[in-house]
Amino acid sequence: MRNTCLRRMAVPFALVCLCLAGCSPQPSVPSKTRTRVIVWHWMTDRQAAFDELSKRYEQATGIKVVFELFAPSEAYSSKVRAAAQGVNLPDVFGILGEKRDLASFVKAGHILPLNHYMNENNGAWKGSFLSKAVAMNEFSDGDAYGVEPGIYGVPIDMMTIRMVYNKDLLKELGGDPEQPPQSFEEFLSIGNKIKEAGMQGLVSGWGEVWLVNCLAYNLAFNIMGQDKVLATIRGEVPYTDEDWIKVFSLFKEMQDSGVLADGIVTMINKNAEQLFANGKAVFAFNGSWCVNVYKGMNPGLNYGVMLPPQVSDKYPVSIWGGAGSSFMVNARSKNKEAAVAFLKWLTTKEQQAYLSAATMSLPANKDCLTGIPDVLARFARDLELATHSYTWGISEYPQVIEAMGKGIQSIIIREMTPGQVASEVQKAKERQTARHAQ
Amino acid sequence: MIPLCPMKLKSSLENYVFILPAALIFVIFYLIPFTWVFHLGLYEWDGISPTRVFVGLANFKEILFEDRIWWASMRNAGYITFIALTLQNALAFMLALACDRQIRLKNFYRVLFFIPPVLSEVVVGLVWQWILDGNYGLLNSWLTSAGFGSLARSWLSDPATALTTVAIVHCWKGFGWGFLLFLAGLQMIPRELYEAARADGANGWSCFKHITLPLMMPVAVLVAVLTILGTMTGFIMIHAMTNGGPAYHTQVPVLRILASMMPPFSRFGYACSQGISVGFVLVALSFIQYRFFLLRRDSAQEDT
Repeated sequence: MRNTCLRRMAVPFALVCLCLAGCSPQPSVPSKTRTRVIVWHWMTDRQAAFDELSKRYEQATGIKVVFELFAPSEAYSSKVRAAAQGVNLPDVFGILGEKRDLASFVKAGHILPLNHYMNENNGAWKGSFLSKAVAMNEFSDGDAYGVEPGIYGVPIDMMTIRMVYNKDLLKELGGDPEQPPQSFEEFLSIGNKIKEAGMQGLVSGWGEVWLVNCLAYNLAFNIMGQDKVLATIRGEVPYTDEDWIKVFSLFKEMQDSGVLADGIVTMINKNAEQLFANGKAVFAFNGSWCVNVYKGMNPGLNYGVMLPPQVSDKYPVSIWGGAGSSFMVNARSKNKEAAVAFLKWLTTKEQQAYLSAATMSLPANKDCLTGIPDVLARFARDLELATHSYTWGISEYPQVIEAMGKGIQSIIIREMTPGQVASEVQKAKERQTARHAQ
Repeated sequence: MIPLCPMKLKSSLENYVFILPAALIFVIFYLIPFTWVFHLGLYEWDGISPTRVFVGLANFKEILFEDRIWWASMRNAGYITFIALTLQNALAFMLALACDRQIRLKNFYRVLFFIPPVLSEVVVGLVWQWILDGNYGLLNSWLTSAGFGSLARSWLSDPATALTTVAIVHCWKGFGWGFLLFLAGLQMIPRELYEAARADGANGWSCFKHITLPLMMPVAVLVAVLTILGTMTGFIMIHAMTNGGPAYHTQVPVLRILASMMPPFSRFGYACSQGISVGFVLVALSFIQYRFFLLRRDSAQEDT
């Protein structure tokens, strides 16, 4: 009887033990004999290229690198955060989020500072990158993040966000396919023609706040210059300033002119890419990654790349740009030296050229820019105009960024005026400033 | 005090040992996370930093008095729930009544009506987004070809139609669950009751009013509670269709919680407080509904 009882109890106990054992952290070094570097990423379109690079690296060094893909990006982001909380991060990983998030990872001791590696041999490694790419992963003295100054990530590619236009449709509208609109007036004037022709104008993933804010900041840089934009973020200039109201008014002008596609306020970027690739929209506001996307959707698409239309000649037009994706080394990894060695290899000219060609992305290594396809090279032009919130040394409160993005959506659906949006954004700013002052 | 007999003690200890695995699983996977959420709700924390800042009830205060978007999302969820409780459940009940009769192809209809609930919410959201697209959507194309071109619009991008459209798609996706429960409830009603009523001269409406409706009330309450819980916590389909837009017109609480927790907000503590707030609202609503049902049942019994 007693034995039966014990046997009965043994099964549920074994099950509980198995369940609990499943919750235990994985050892960070799974191999007993050989070094294996584990890399986590979210870039679904690059897995094949990464696997090929891993094979080449193993042949060259005998070290196995395993690229583990977790997608979509929200799922990846959750996984990395959960792993950070469980002190169970892989040897190499990327971070999706704001610079503030990168700072939190650094402060929590999850990321290895790379200054030493970047600066050895007279800064050879650091010098191999485009400066804008490195700046994304760098913290400087006196910035708002409270992180020890230094470089904390390795850029593996670059991106810029610009406007693209369909050459055939522009020609149909009576425009010169090699001369896209440069000024905002020219851009708006096409709106009426687009309406009359029954086409769709500008498509973009403005259902997601970040892309609409990218254009808003581009326009703001052009109208008031970087110093005033950063002064606004520091709280020295209110969002109700006339320059900001002018920025918001431009979205109303775009909507009134008919240059914006119907339904742009709930459009996700994948749909926008589909519309543009299928030749149904004249313009798109998109990042350099779109070259690979359009190639996959419609290899024969005849399109050109242009700067966002210029509103004012007081300041240069800016474009959003910097490192597209970066890898960080786990500071607690037993394989950190091997991980750094692999990242050094991955960012050499030869591997960067391969990665760029295989994924149609802009390389982070500055020696690889020659020889990339023409349309991609257009995205790499005027890099001096590139700016990114990661390089500003200060971040706007997410609540303010959200208020701005949603406010612009409200302007487009004619629910709010630019002045009302400016006032709402300023209120959000004041609320957050007060909250953080406590 | 009566001393416990050793045999009895051994027997009850054995019983406790048997429930120990289940209790352990419950404690580890439910109770600890549940209390941990309450605990985190009292902190300001980005989910990464090694330190958390204790803010007491400040997160709850912010939800109650400052977060207008949160309350807008609750209103939106309330509207979708209202549509689901009325339109969706009425549809489910009517279809269940139809399928409970001796009609041709009733098994086919039963399967057909249960297809939407088993489909992936993301897939359903994307398919409906495609159907409702303002530029190239099927619905607008059908409306135009049927001579109702003036009704064509960007259903999901127009603030006047976005929320109702989302609510209707939600009903389409969810009515199958209610249908199934109502059908099961209808089949539990003894047929003899109808036969006796008919023998006493009752017509179809009298049978429905005096037999079907009263006996289906417990099922209706269950379906209503499940509808409230399912709708107030639903977000995947909305995420796929509109991502809460345009502006905040289709924003719902769980989407908001997700946004609070993930970058760029990265406010774990605040997201936990939001989760607790939704939980309280749901418990309160379910409780009110159950009390309402008990009151109605008691008064019905008194009338009898």
